[in-house]
Amino acid sequence: MNWYAIRAIYAYEMARARRTLLQSVVSPVLTTSLYFVVFGAAIGSRITEVEGVSYGAFIVPGLIMLMLLTQSVSNASFAIFMPRFSGTVYEVLSAPVSHYEIVLGYVGAAATKSIILGLIVLATASLFVPLQVNHPVWMVVFLVLTACTFSLLGFILGIWADNFEKLQFVPLLIITPLAFLGGTFYSIDMLPPVWQVVTLFNPVVYLISGFRWSFYGMADVNVALSLGMILLFLSVCLTLVWWIFRTGYRLKP
Amino acid sequence: MSSSPVAVPQPARDPARRGADERAPAGSDAVVCVTGLSKVYAGGFQALKDVSLEIRRGEIFALLGPNGAGKTTLISIICGLVNASSGRVVADGQDIVRDFRAARSRIGLVPQELHTDAFETVWATVSFSRGLFGKPPDPDHIERVLRDLALWDKRNNRLLTLSGGMKRRVMIAKALSHEPGILFLDEPTAGVDVELRREMWELVRSLRDNGVTIILTTHYIEEAEEMADRVGVINHGELILVEEKTELMRKLGRKQLTLHLREPLEAIPPSLSAYALELGADGHELVYSYDAGRNATGIAELLTDLKAADIRFRDLHTDQSSLEDIFVSLVREKR
Repeated sequence: MNWYAIRAIYAYEMARARRTLLQSVVSPVLTTSLYFVVFGAAIGSRITEVEGVSYGAFIVPGLIMLMLLTQSVSNASFAIFMPRFSGTVYEVLSAPVSHYEIVLGYVGAAATKSIILGLIVLATASLFVPLQVNHPVWMVVFLVLTACTFSLLGFILGIWADNFEKLQFVPLLIITPLAFLGGTFYSIDMLPPVWQVVTLFNPVVYLISGFRWSFYGMADVNVALSLGMILLFLSVCLTLVWWIFRTGYRLKP
Repeated sequence: MSSSPVAVPQPARDPARRGADERAPAGSDAVVCVTGLSKVYAGGFQALKDVSLEIRRGEIFALLGPNGAGKTTLISIICGLVNASSGRVVADGQDIVRDFRAARSRIGLVPQELHTDAFETVWATVSFSRGLFGKPPDPDHIERVLRDLALWDKRNNRLLTLSGGMKRRVMIAKALSHEPGILFLDEPTAGVDVELRREMWELVRSLRDNGVTIILTTHYIEEAEEMADRVGVINHGELILVEEKTELMRKLGRKQLTLHLREPLEAIPPSLSAYALELGADGHELVYSYDAGRNATGIAELLTDLKAADIRFRDLHTDQSSLEDIFVSLVREKR
């Protein structure tokens, strides 16, 4: 195992986040806080409680998950796309580094940044609403698994994309709508019966439901199913990454 | 740029190296062995055709070829950037696919394009390269490399603030950060001014003096003529020849003797027809081409016959064909 290389990639990516603190940390935290304030205040004045939890507190796990998904994908996709775009990826590909080590460095850094952001949003939210975390270990498990899975998805996206438009395509047109429609701001029970069924085809529902369960013990779908879905996404992403490196797709002609 | 030797010690002869030595061909001093290497890109373009080549330890090897000849593809395969379609490459005794870690850790690459992370500092990017190649942090070594490349004063500068020549040096510093024993320089002086080119040549020589094997590709034949110990010529993906530079120039180089005549000639006398002479400068010059590699050049006989024909000259000089002439004629022959 080339630990020095993993450390070099990881430290390099974390340094990039520090260099662009405004874009990397302040911007997503501010955006999520605005969602919290605007949606919490606007809808919270009409819906006081959801299953015994104040509406402001109810949306916190969903907002953290929304931010976690988009930031994981953005961080990881940008991290590998930029070296490809600028040509500096030659150095990583010619180094004595295995594919797993490359993934560990880039995806590890992207996931770390997302988790830090998630915790910052959590801390910020706790200033406005009373939060409780019934299952802190499971909260961390869901947080870490989701961050790693979607960072892997971002890594795949960063290799697939050959221009900036494609790079933005998945976070803006797929992840964000799915998160909005995945129960960030409501419980599935609040939907008409037909939409309750339709929404189960949205994979993000399982992530938000499981994460919310770790806070308040309430879930739209079975927690085991949520965990199973995350592990399934993780497996699919790992398989795709393995295939990319095995074939050299868009990395090695 | 400092003219002191660049801080690149020979790779330590560790147990892994001993194993590598055992696998190296007996009696061979080859540090890179390329065997039957071919590359066909997805679009069907064949960039390399059954290329076999041995690079000797400690030499400067220049790979010459026109655009699209396959130079960069060859280097890219050896360095792990491109997958070979067939064939095998062994670097310092290590197969570049099976033992990629050991092989790549011995190789440094300076690519043709100036690929740099514009917002990073010189120090950070060179240190990153060292870590990437599996070496523990060594600020002293990084400092030596930066000082030798006249980059020490710029260590805290972002790369976007550097000139093209300095960026080129940063690329070299990155390639040297992990103390490689084999260094690939892909068009190292492309787009740099004459002064910097000379400095680069000095740098390359000092690296070689420190035991680093250098493989460079270049468009500038002058560069190969100036520096290389051996020359390989590649065209249309085929290695046309590999030869000692001096031997190549001796074998294929032609010399010309030009005599500046006292009186112009209208035609070459029949008594001199055996020499295949040419008249130039409106009959004021007589040009004799001969093979420099032969012991009997025919010059003495020519001078005797000229005297006999009462053709007198006031001056003479000789010209030797350059490596460029040889290269052009080789490439033209193979078209």
